[in-house]
Amino acid sequence: MIRLEALNRTFQVGDESVHALRNLDLQIESGDYVSIMGPSGSGKSTLLNILGLLDRPDSGRYLLDGTDTVTLSEEERALFRRAHVGFVFQSFHLIPRLSAADNVALPMILAGVDPEIRRKRVQTILRSLGLEDRASHRPSQLSGGQRQRTAIARATIMNPGLLLADEPTGNLDKHSGEDVMNTLESLNAQGITLLVVTHDPDIGRRARRCIHMDDGGVASDRFNASTTPDAV
Amino acid sequence: MRFRDTITFAGITLLSARKRTGLMLVAMAIGVGSVIVLTALGEGARRYVSNQFSSLGTHLLIVLPGRVETTGGHPPLVGGTPKDLTLNDAAALTRAGSIRRIAPLSLGSAPISYQQRERDVTVMGSTTELLAVRNLALAKGRFLPPGDPSRESAVTVIGSKLKKELFGNGAALGRWVRIHDRRFRVIGILKPLGQSLGVDVSDTAIIPVASALSLFNTHTLYRILVQANSRDAIPKARKTIIELIRKRHDGVEDITVISQNALLSTFDGIFRSLTLTVAGIAAISLAVAGILIMNVMLVSVSQRTEEIGLLKAVGSPARQIQQLFLIEAGMLAIAGATIGVITGVAGVWAMDNALPRFSLSVPLWSVGAAVAVALLTGLVFGILPARRAASLDPVQALGGK
Repeated sequence: MIRLEALNRTFQVGDESVHALRNLDLQIESGDYVSIMGPSGSGKSTLLNILGLLDRPDSGRYLLDGTDTVTLSEEERALFRRAHVGFVFQSFHLIPRLSAADNVALPMILAGVDPEIRRKRVQTILRSLGLEDRASHRPSQLSGGQRQRTAIARATIMNPGLLLADEPTGNLDKHSGEDVMNTLESLNAQGITLLVVTHDPDIGRRARRCIHMDDGGVASDRFNASTTPDAV
Repeated sequence: MRFRDTITFAGITLLSARKRTGLMLVAMAIGVGSVIVLTALGEGARRYVSNQFSSLGTHLLIVLPGRVETTGGHPPLVGGTPKDLTLNDAAALTRAGSIRRIAPLSLGSAPISYQQRERDVTVMGSTTELLAVRNLALAKGRFLPPGDPSRESAVTVIGSKLKKELFGNGAALGRWVRIHDRRFRVIGILKPLGQSLGVDVSDTAIIPVASALSLFNTHTLYRILVQANSRDAIPKARKTIIELIRKRHDGVEDITVISQNALLSTFDGIFRSLTLTVAGIAAISLAVAGILIMNVMLVSVSQRTEEIGLLKAVGSPARQIQQLFLIEAGMLAIAGATIGVITGVAGVWAMDNALPRFSLSVPLWSVGAAVAVALLTGLVFGILPARRAASLDPVQALGGK
C-alpha cells in the first residue's frame, strides 16, 4: 500500500522556484491499477519519480508497504527500489551492448543472484512474454514492442510489488502499444500494483482509477470499475 | 554484485568501445613497456661495466706512474715529473707483505707478421704472473715461462683472434712470428675472453716484459698489476705499495694506486642511479597514460549518463556504480600493463639478440614496479570519473542530462 501525506517538491529553475508538487495527499491500495494524466508540468513525472524513490520530497511523508521512505539513505533507497519497484520508461532504456536476456537479468546481476537461478527466471519470464526466441538478440535487433516487453520483463524480474510505467506506449505504434498495455494489465491481474503515467486518454481510461493532476495537485480522482479488463 | 559478473559487465563495456579501449591500452602499454626496456638497458650497462672490472682479476690493485690527484697548496718547488716506474720497483713489491703476486705491464703497439700476413696489434710485456693476476686462460700451449723478469726471451702468447688472422685454421704453436723487427716463437694461445677495459685480449700478443721494454726502447712500465692476499688485505697492500715506492723514489709519492673494488663500487652506484633515473622518466609516461584514462573515462561517463540512470533505477547504489567504473579502469590498467610487459620483454629479448656483446635481461623488480604503478595510476585516475558517475542524479541521468 502507498500512502503520501502532504508531499511537497520544488525545483529551482533559474531565479524561479517551480512548485512541482503541492501538499499532495494520495493513497493507493496494493494491486490497484491507476493511471495518472495531466498536462506537461502538472507534476505527474515528479510524482512518479518520488514513488519510485528516484527523487525525494522536500517535505511530507511517503509510506511504501509501511516503510517511511523519506528517511532512508541513498543506499537503502537503492536496495528498497531493487526489491519493491519496477520501472518501465517511454524510451525503454535497454543497454545496447547486452542481449535481451542479459538486459532482463540486469537487476539480478546487480543484486548478486546466483547465475543458475538467474538463467531459469529469465527463461520463464521471457517465455511468458513471448520473447523466448529473442533472448540472444541485441536491443537494436528488436522491434519497438519487443523492446518495451523486454523492459517490462526487466522491471518485473525481481517480483516487485509496484510497477511504474512512464508513457510506456509513447514511442510505439498503436498495435505494439496495445500489446504492451495488455502485458502490463495481465501483470496487474496477477497482483502487481500498476501505475501508468500517460498523455493518451485512451490509455488512461483503461485503468480502474484515473487521477488527473494539475499544478502539482490532484484535480480529479475517478474510479472506473466497469472498464476493468479482467475482473479478478 | 558477484565479482565475476562485475568483471563480465566491465569487460563487455570495454569490448563494445573498441577504439577507445584500444587507445587506452596502447597508452598504458607504452608506459609499462618503456619502463621495462629502459631499466633493462640501464641494468645491462651496469652489468657490462662491472663485468669489465671483474674480468681484470680479483683483489686487484693497479699501480700507475704519476699522481692523478689534485691537492691544494703551492705547486712543488722541485719539478713535478714523476720518476719512472721500473722493473726494479716491481721486483721490490714482490717482497712486500699482504701481496700475493705482481705482474709488471708494459704496453705498446707494434706490427706482427707471419709469412705474408701482417697486423698491427697491442703488444703486452709481462711475466708468468699475469696469467693468474688477470684471470687469463690458455686454449693451447703454455704461458710465459717463469724466470728472471729482466731477462729477454723470444717467446710469445697470442690471443685467439690474432691466431685466427695470422694462421687461419693452421697450427700456430711453435711457429715463428715477427714483431716489429724481432722474431718470437708462439708458445701459447689464449682462450677468447672478450673485451676488458678497452683492450681486446684476444687481439694481443704477450711477450716477456724485458723483451717488450727493449722492443719499445724504454725503461718505464705502463702499469704494475698487484694481487693482494685477500679482499681485506687490499687497503694494507695499498699502503705498503705507496710506502715502498716512495722510499725508492727519494721520498716523493709519485704513483697512483687504484683498487678495482673501489672503482667497481663507484661505477656500480653511478649506473644504478642512472637506471633509476631513466626508469623514473619512463614512469612519467605512465602518469600520462593515467591522465588519458581519466579523460576517456570521463567522456565515457557522460556518454553513458542514461545507462547510469537506469542502473540506479533498477536498484544500484552509488557505491556499486563507483565500483563498476573503478573495476573498468583497473581492468584497462591490468590489460595495458600485460601488453606492455609482453612487448617490453620481447623488445629487450630482441635487443639482447641484436647486441651479442651487451647482455640484456629484464630485472624482475622493474616488471613488478611497472605493473604496480600502472595499476595504481589506473585506479587513481579512475576514481574521479567513477565518483562522477556515482554521484549523478538518477532522474536527470535518465533524461540524459
